[in-house]
Order: sequence, then structure tokens, then C-alpha cells
Amino acid sequence: MRVFAFLLLLIAAPALAATTPIKAGQSAPDFTRPGFDGKPVKLSAYRGKVVLLDFWASWCPPCIEEAPHLIALQKAHAGKLQIIGVSMDDSEPPARAMAKQFPFNYPLLMGDAKFGGLYGGVLGLPQIFLIGRDGKVIKMWRGEMKAGELDKAIKEAVG
Amino acid sequence: MTRFGLISFSGCAIMLALALLPAAAQPGTAPAIPQTVLMKPADLANDIKAGKAPVILQVGFSVLYQQAHIPGAIYAGPGNKEEGIDNLKKQAASLAKDKPLVIYCGCCPWEKCPNIAAAWKELTAEGFKNLKVLYLPQNFGEDWADKGYPVVKAS
Repeated sequence: MRVFAFLLLLIAAPALAATTPIKAGQSAPDFTRPGFDGKPVKLSAYRGKVVLLDFWASWCPPCIEEAPHLIALQKAHAGKLQIIGVSMDDSEPPARAMAKQFPFNYPLLMGDAKFGGLYGGVLGLPQIFLIGRDGKVIKMWRGEMKAGELDKAIKEAVG
Repeated sequence: MTRFGLISFSGCAIMLALALLPAAAQPGTAPAIPQTVLMKPADLANDIKAGKAPVILQVGFSVLYQQAHIPGAIYAGPGNKEEGIDNLKKQAASLAKDKPLVIYCGCCPWEKCPNIAAAWKELTAEGFKNLKVLYLPQNFGEDWADKGYPVVKAS
């Protein structure tokens, strides 16, 4: 009976969804994906810098509202902070169209369900991971957060 | 309210940036959905647990559905696009209009969701009499998955 239950679990396992985002203290999973500019974006290449992994989409109003601020944060902490924008749009054209609307000064790339799963599931936007110089997640935010909260966390992380 | 605050921008710069938003990113009209048709996540979870699950349609985005959705939910989105509404019509065509039907999205905060109100409006116009809209104030992750309610991913 136990063997049967175990086999049943194995069969059912692929249907289970990743719904727990990577937590603080865990290593941020490495990835390499082509950026919108054609250059590869590799997370571990930024080891030594604080990284802000921003999951966004063209259909997500709060994500777009944040874009000017993220651009300003990248400028303010240049050399110490690296923002990476991961679009969770269903297809690339709307994400690329949105990318043209703002003077992004950090790499943008396409995500997908597999990429979301790598980070424990991106089940709502905006979702942001703040990653320390050691490659470990400092904090994760999903949904809207209090004004100034991200700025404060970045300031503490970059030192 | 936006999440940021310490680095200031001129009002003009923000207004310009927001004015440039394409239709896809315009805030939704979910608050226009009557309170009487809203369903609490706990109530739907209880129905599922009791084996009384209604037909459930996910009217949000495909990438979200692929990662995780309510067991048995059928993909019928996205509600903010013409092809998404066509997909919704197609999925709804075979459903009885007097049977319980629940739609949900959860892509982003309720008042900014671009999908749910359009889907509700379409199904209401089609005459679905027992239609409920799952109320997910923040998103699917916060208000469903994190509560421990059942999820599966697309196979």
C-alpha cells in the first residue's frame, strides 16, 4: 500500500506547483538569459554587487508606475547596485514595446513560467527580490509595499 | 499609492511617464464589480474541499496560469485582450448558464487588475445567472497559494 502511495505521489508530483518564493537567506538561483539588447544576462556575473531582480509585465500598472523610480535607483547607486528587469508577459512584443517607453538603464529580459518556478513561483506582480553581494536573497516583496520601504532596504544593502 | 518615496521626481516627469502607458497597463475597473457577486477565497476553498467545486475559469495571464492555478480551473484569458475575450466566449459556450461559475485573475492588486472586470462584464452580458468573482485583493500568491489553498501547475 505504501509503495502504491509513493508511486502515486511520484506520478502526481509534476502537477504540483512551486508556490513558495525563495526566502531570505537562500541563494538566489543563477540564470543566464538573453537581454533585450541581445547580450546575455547572467546573475552570478554580478556577484559582489547588490542585485534587485524585478519581475514586471507590460499589463501591470504598479510595475510600470515603478519604472521611473527603479531607473533613478539604478542611477543613484551605480556601481553598487544592479537592477535586472524580468518581464512576465505572455509574449515578447508588448514587453519590448513597453521597454521603449522608458529610458531603462538596466538590463531587461523575458521570463516565463519556468523562470518563475526557478524563484518559487511568481504568482502576482510586482514581485521583487533583493539579493546581497554574496548572492543570497535579503528580502522578497510581492504586491504593493509601503512607500520608501525598498529604498531603505537598498540603502542598507549597499552600505 | 506607489511603493516608493525617498528619491524624488518632478511631477511633470511622473505625469509624462504615466501618460505614456499603453492600454495594456492601464488600471482595471475591478471595483465596478458589485460586492454581491464577490466570493471569498476561503469559501471557494471550502467548496473544493467538500467536493462541491463549481466550474472555475482563470481569466488572467497564461504565464501565471502555467505556474499555478486552482485545481480544475480552465484557462480563459486574458480578459484585457480581444483574443482573451474570444477565448473566454469559447470556454463559456459549453457551460450551462444557470450552474455555478467562478472566475478569477489575481495577476496584480484588485483595483488595478486589467482582466477581471472585462471578463465579468462579458459573462454577465451572456446571461450567466450564477456567476461569482473570486476576490483576491493583492494577488493569487498572497491571497490563495500562501493561504495553503490547493494549486496545480499546467501539465
